[in-house]
Amino acid sequence: MNQSEKNLYLFGGLALILVLVFAFMGAPFSIRLLAEAACYAILALGLTIQWGYAGLFNAGIMGFVALGGYMSVLLGFPINDDFWATDLPGQLGGVLLKAALVVAVVVGLTQLKRFGAPKKLGAWLGIVVGLLGYLWIKVSLDPVASAIESEAGFIGGLGLPVWLGWLVGGALAGAVAYFIGHICLGLRSDYLAIATLGIAEIIKAFLKNADWLTRGTLTVSPIPWPVPGPADIGFIGARAAYLSLTAVIIAALFFLLHRAYNAPWGRTMRSIRDNELSSSAMGKDVNGRRLEVFIFGSVLMGIGGAALITFNGIFDPSGFLPLNHTFLIWVMVILGGPGNNLGTLFGAVFVYVVWTMSEPVALLLLDVVRNLGDAWFGWQAPSDLDSRALQARVFVIGLIISMVLRYAPKGLIPEQVKHHT
Amino acid sequence: MNELIFFINFVLISGAVIGSIYAIGAIGVTLIFGILRFAHFAHADMMTMGTFIVLILTALFPAVGPAIGLPTAFVMMPVAMAATAVIAIGLDKAFYKPLRDNNVKPVVMVMASVGVTLMLQGLIRFFAGTGTQSLYIDDRKSIFSFNLSDASESIVVTEPQILLFLFTIFAVVALHIFLNRTRLGKAMRAMSDNPDLARVSGINTNTVVGVTWVIAGALACAAGTLLSLDVTLKPDLSFMILLPIFAAAIVGGVGHPYGALVGGFVVGFAETLAVFNWAILLRPLETAFGWDLPADLSFVPTEYKITIPFFILVAILVWRPTGILKGKVL
Repeated sequence: MNQSEKNLYLFGGLALILVLVFAFMGAPFSIRLLAEAACYAILALGLTIQWGYAGLFNAGIMGFVALGGYMSVLLGFPINDDFWATDLPGQLGGVLLKAALVVAVVVGLTQLKRFGAPKKLGAWLGIVVGLLGYLWIKVSLDPVASAIESEAGFIGGLGLPVWLGWLVGGALAGAVAYFIGHICLGLRSDYLAIATLGIAEIIKAFLKNADWLTRGTLTVSPIPWPVPGPADIGFIGARAAYLSLTAVIIAALFFLLHRAYNAPWGRTMRSIRDNELSSSAMGKDVNGRRLEVFIFGSVLMGIGGAALITFNGIFDPSGFLPLNHTFLIWVMVILGGPGNNLGTLFGAVFVYVVWTMSEPVALLLLDVVRNLGDAWFGWQAPSDLDSRALQARVFVIGLIISMVLRYAPKGLIPEQVKHHT
Repeated sequence: MNELIFFINFVLISGAVIGSIYAIGAIGVTLIFGILRFAHFAHADMMTMGTFIVLILTALFPAVGPAIGLPTAFVMMPVAMAATAVIAIGLDKAFYKPLRDNNVKPVVMVMASVGVTLMLQGLIRFFAGTGTQSLYIDDRKSIFSFNLSDASESIVVTEPQILLFLFTIFAVVALHIFLNRTRLGKAMRAMSDNPDLARVSGINTNTVVGVTWVIAGALACAAGTLLSLDVTLKPDLSFMILLPIFAAAIVGGVGHPYGALVGGFVVGFAETLAVFNWAILLRPLETAFGWDLPADLSFVPTEYKITIPFFILVAILVWRPTGILKGKVL
């Protein structure tokens, strides 16, 4: 059986599963499932260019998702008049000006060496002034932040179209990726994994605790949609419209990525991934190319995250879990086929459908077990058995990662490298 | 005087406590990093798993501790350390060795360890739930407080903290003797320096790998248990404690056990210094000079404690990727 026949069977099987889901769960649920799977597919495409094209380990997808999600809230959410009618925006602007001043002074101090000052002196002065300035900003921000929380709740959004928020979210994710990549990409991939893991937890902690900015655990909803919402054209219509929008994005990305993969840029990427030493001997800028692809992938993750959070309609900083927003995407990519866009797409839809459907199936199975246990042995099940069972899906994700790495390291639809003889 | 005692309680003692925990964890991480050459992401969940073994043993034999006069969990710790070491070797045989034999890239090993950590998390959550648990089942935590003559506050140290300090000293001395005086320890250092050369000079690399897992697993169990004795056992700690431990290992220099010790205390003290409210210490000056200090003058609120190890990590990667004690840059 060659690969294209295998692909036919795989996609046929996927279509069959989807038909079954449609038949049993009804159209509104199934279209929601597909729309979410499409958002995950954008995230997975972002990861496949980082891991599949370049071999970079990003363990902090959650952070980029959260950034994208927050940016769609900040730009897309309606304007909060309670905040803008007071003098709080002015005070907040004052704090921002102070921050800009501190940054300018610190940057200036680090450039003292241009004027003949000793290099160490500038660096140390920069550190000391930076710390003091940081304390100053923090002390002036605290009262403003608590005033915003007590008087206006949070700063609200800017009332702009939400797709603008998606783009800004992507750009911000790219900026964060530049910061991390610039530091870690010269070193081995392990360091990148550790650093991305850290930045994701930090972004989550910040969004969760900065109540004045994000309303913290109180959550923000509803985030407006870029397409007509359920109130206008009904659940099925609205979700179908959203699904078509994400499908258009995926089609465009797919086309562009396909071109990039076969372009000289893509060949350089693969040569760096497969043999770093010889490609640097050929004069390729290894770290520069890696930084490019890392930023590019993170931008896609920011956009995909924004699309996902916007679809859910609720921004809940404590709802970002490494499992759902990082490792599920990892499974999609390595199961589908890293470096193969078609495989990634297959993996995203397949894994998401299985993941979502495993919830009712697991609960049903547990119910049977509980009833049988009660009837036959008089077994009292622990009261939190359901939540425990759902938690235990973590185990399955981990097991799939281990098994795929060992038995099918190239995934179900492996990357096909053209060999020119 | 009270201000100074605050400083001792909240910076010196808590910094030493959390620093020892990070140090014990980081020694295992740095050994694995140096010898097996990958960042072991499953270390935090290995700590949690070891602690759960202790919890089960404590629940089974609650009367042992009071008979000896120590917390039961601490008495049970050596048994659990041995069990965790065995499990660590089993995990290596099942999940890492096949990949090693296939000569995969190191980053694939990192991902395999992520897979292992998720599996461990799943098992722990399924069998033990996600709520916090206390390791004190039948006995109570004893607290010692020392009063200084002219202060109303007193310096507070708890029994598990003293046990933690004693264990850290013991572990470091034992490790030092093992690495410098025994054949196996020297073989470990040789393999960390140059695996190929070690292999051709007749060192059995499989034994060395096994010993590495035994040490890492046992220390992970000890770190988890001592941390949970001091506070409570949180099953979902995982990634939150992984970052400071990695930061400690890298700050100290990868592959360098003493470096991990130094790095652990650097990260631990940096954390406590950053969340300490400096206004408390400056208050006497405030009255003397008539300053108007804000009530809260800490560098970061406690919720953002996780940022500290991250920025230490970033700083060390920018300025000195080899770490303080000149470890490896892999």
